[in-house]
Amino acid sequence: MAGTLVVAELSDGKVRKATFNAITFAKQVGAPFAILAMGAGAGGAAKDLAGFGAQKVLTVDDAGLKDYVCEKFAPTVAKVAKDGGYDTVVVTATAFGKDIAPRIAGKLGAGLAPDINLVKVDGGSRKYRRPTYAGNAFSWLEIATPVHVVSVRPTEFPAAEPAGGGSPIEAVAAAPQDPAASKVEFLKVETGKSERPDLGEARVVVSGGRSLKEQFKQVLEPLADALGAALGASRAACDAGYAPPELQVGQTGRTVAPQLYVAVGISGAIQHIAGMKGSKVIVAINKDPEAPIFQIADYGLVQDLFVAVPELIKELKS
Amino acid sequence: MKILVAVKRVADPDNLNKIKLSAQGKVDTTGLEPKPSPYDDYALETALRLTENGTNTKARLGEVIVATFGPKEAEQMLRAMLGTGADRAIRVDATDEALDGDLVARGLKGIVEKEKPDLVLLGYQQAEHESNEVGQLLAEYLGWPQASSAGHIQSEDDKSLLVGREIEGGVATVRVTLPAVVTVLDKIVKPKSVQSKHTAATHAYPEGVRFAALMAIMAAKKKPLAEMKLADVAPDATLKVKYGAAELPPKRAAGVKVKDVKELVQKLKTEAKVV
Repeated sequence: MAGTLVVAELSDGKVRKATFNAITFAKQVGAPFAILAMGAGAGGAAKDLAGFGAQKVLTVDDAGLKDYVCEKFAPTVAKVAKDGGYDTVVVTATAFGKDIAPRIAGKLGAGLAPDINLVKVDGGSRKYRRPTYAGNAFSWLEIATPVHVVSVRPTEFPAAEPAGGGSPIEAVAAAPQDPAASKVEFLKVETGKSERPDLGEARVVVSGGRSLKEQFKQVLEPLADALGAALGASRAACDAGYAPPELQVGQTGRTVAPQLYVAVGISGAIQHIAGMKGSKVIVAINKDPEAPIFQIADYGLVQDLFVAVPELIKELKS
Repeated sequence: MKILVAVKRVADPDNLNKIKLSAQGKVDTTGLEPKPSPYDDYALETALRLTENGTNTKARLGEVIVATFGPKEAEQMLRAMLGTGADRAIRVDATDEALDGDLVARGLKGIVEKEKPDLVLLGYQQAEHESNEVGQLLAEYLGWPQASSAGHIQSEDDKSLLVGREIEGGVATVRVTLPAVVTVLDKIVKPKSVQSKHTAATHAYPEGVRFAALMAIMAAKKKPLAEMKLADVAPDATLKVKYGAAELPPKRAAGVKVKDVKELVQKLKTEAKVV
C-alpha cells in the first residue's frame, strides 16, 4: 500500500488530542504517512505535528477555512489524497471526523470503515474491527476498494508520543470548493464554558443520573473537584434538564474511557453503558442493589448517593 | 415542503445485549423483535413537525414520504409509519446482506432523482451497524449540503433551515439552503427542538415521538406503498465494504461490593491505584 494520510483535527488553530490517536493508527498500519493540517492557523499547528515521524506535514492555511464546514473541507482532503496517491485516509471518530469521513469516501470512490477500535494488517490485506449493536458486538469488516477511508475511535488507540526529528512542512493550496459549499452558511458555535477537563480527554469522569434532580451540580461538582474530574451525565438526567446536554455520556452522547469512571445514581441503561464501558475502573454508587450498573462496576457501593457522595469527598480529602 | 425520510428495520434496540454469535461467527439477532431504528422514528417525527401546524397535527402542510431498503416484512414498519402520518411509502426490495451504507446512499439518490424532495431526513446512524454514513454519502452523491447530528431544526421559509448540530461540548449552528440532507439525534424530539414555520414558536410538543391512533392505522391501509427493485434505483449493486465475522466484546465481570465509603476509597487507593 502506498501510504496513509492522517487528517489532523484542529480547533482554533490548535491540534486536538484525538489527532494523536489517529497518528497511532497510521503507525500501526506501518506504511509511510503524511499529516494534513487544514484551517485558518494550520501553519502554526503544523509545528506541533512535525515530531511524530510523518514523511511530511501538509498545511492548508486558508482564511476561508476558519470555521469547519464539511463542504469546504472535504474537497481539499480528497484532492490532497489523490495528488499524493495515498491509499488510506484516516480521520478522528469525533464530531468532525464522523461528519467528514463519508463525504471524503464518496469523493474518492472509497469504502469507509467508521469508528474502528482495532486494525489487523496481514500482508497486503487489512481488517478493521468496530463496535456495533450498541457496543454488544465487535464486527470485522474489509474494504473492497483500492482506497480506504477510516475513522478511529480515539479512546481505543493510545496517543502517539513525539518521536523526535522534524517532518518537513509543506504548504499546499485548497481545492476549489464544492458547489454545495455555497449552500451552507456557518453561523456560530456555542460551547458550555467549563474549567474542567474535556469529557473525552479526562483521566477521571464523575457521572450522575436522574435521581440527583435539581441538586445535580451541587452534589457532583465538589466530587469532580476533589478528583480533578470531568462531569458527565446519563441521558435521563440530561433529558430531564438536570444536566446540560453536552454532558451526556452514552450511545448518542460522548464515548469515554477514562482511568476512573464514577457513576452516581445511574441505573446503567444499555445506551449509557455503550458509552463508558471501556473505562479502566468503574465505580457505581446506587441505592438500588439490582441496578444493572453493578454488573459492570469494579467497585459497587449500595447506598443513598446523597449520603455517600459527601462522605466520599471528605474521605478523599483526608 | 416535500420531505423524504429514509428508515430501516433493526433488531430491538432495547435488547441488543441479548445478541449471540452464530456458528459462522456472525451476529445472530434471533428472538429480537424487528423495530424501526429509533433515530429513524425521530427523523419521521421531525418531518411531521416540519409539515404541520403543531395545533392541528392531522392536516399535512406538505408531503412526507418514507422509504426503506428491506424485505417484504419491512412493509409492516412502513404501514405503521403511514399510520403515524406519512403520506406515502416506498420499499426497495433488498436483504441486508446485499447492501452496505454506500449502496443505500446510491439507491436513495435514485429515489431522490425520481421524487425530487426539498429535504431528506435520516437518523444519524442506524442502531445495528452504527456507521453514521448514509446521510453524508447521499449529500455527496447529490451534490447537496448536509447537516449531520442535528439536535435542533428551524424552518425559516421554504428555502432554508437553521440547524443546530451537536458537537463535542456544544452546538454548531448552520444555515443550509434547500434541497439538503439532514441527519437527526434523539434530542430532535424534545418539545421545542423542531420549529416549523407553520407553528407558533411558543408551541411545545409532547416529549418524544407521536403514536398512531387506531383509526389512523386503519386509514393508512389505503395510503400508497410502492415496491421497487434495487436495480430501479441503483443500477450498480457493487458493495464497497464487506462485514465478516464478529466477536463478543470481553465481558466486564461484576466486581466487588464495598460495605462503605471508607472501604471504597481504600480500594481505589491501594488496589486500583486510580486516586
